[in-house]
Amino acid sequence: MLNIIKSKESDALHIALEGRLDTTTAPQLETELKASLGDTDKLVLDFEKLEYISSAGLRVLLSAQKIMNKQGEMKIIHVNDVINEIFEVTGFSDILNIE
Amino acid sequence: MKELMIEAAVDRLEEVLAFVDTALEELDCPMKAQMQIDVATEEIFVNVASYAYAPGTGDVRIQIGADPETRTFTITFTDSGIPYDPLQKEDPDVTLSAEKRGVGGLGIFMVKKSMDRVAYRRENGQNIFRMEKQI
Repeated sequence: MLNIIKSKESDALHIALEGRLDTTTAPQLETELKASLGDTDKLVLDFEKLEYISSAGLRVLLSAQKIMNKQGEMKIIHVNDVINEIFEVTGFSDILNIE
Repeated sequence: MKELMIEAAVDRLEEVLAFVDTALEELDCPMKAQMQIDVATEEIFVNVASYAYAPGTGDVRIQIGADPETRTFTITFTDSGIPYDPLQKEDPDVTLSAEKRGVGGLGIFMVKKSMDRVAYRRENGQNIFRMEKQI
């Protein structure tokens, strides 16, 4: 299960994820991003309540990063240790802007 | 040894992970190892669901073995689909920039990184993928 909570904070689009970003839920985030990224130049993904990520989730993050590299910036905040380790192992910690 | 026979379909993933997590919780598995094993399980199950019987469907047998003394946890996936060795997939170059980075091979790469030992064999018309981790 994945909850996607969107909010606008000053000029940034803030998306908080709660639950699991896996093969079954990653398409939901992909759809949401496709619909929302149009004119966004600042994207903040809040992982405070994200418990799990698999390669399907990483794929969505990679394509979001590619889009945001062209039109602005993207950062990921409140990443827990376990998810951070996955970013490290896969080299995603070098691609993503993690705070 | 615990066993689950289940249709190899992506929408059964939740049941598969619940089966694995129940076994891990009985062993008081640390959270980090549990997530790594879940990730590896998801990648292999989704692989089987996507390729083994396409465009048809079929079952996969998932067996779990745990040795409480050595704290070794093993999961074996057996399917009767087309021959497919996920370990043949080339590892992605994890040093590339986002622009140059593709997404192929990432899943199986994560399996290799998160488990201590992985092995594939083809036997009696079946794919058998076994993975092991000390928790």
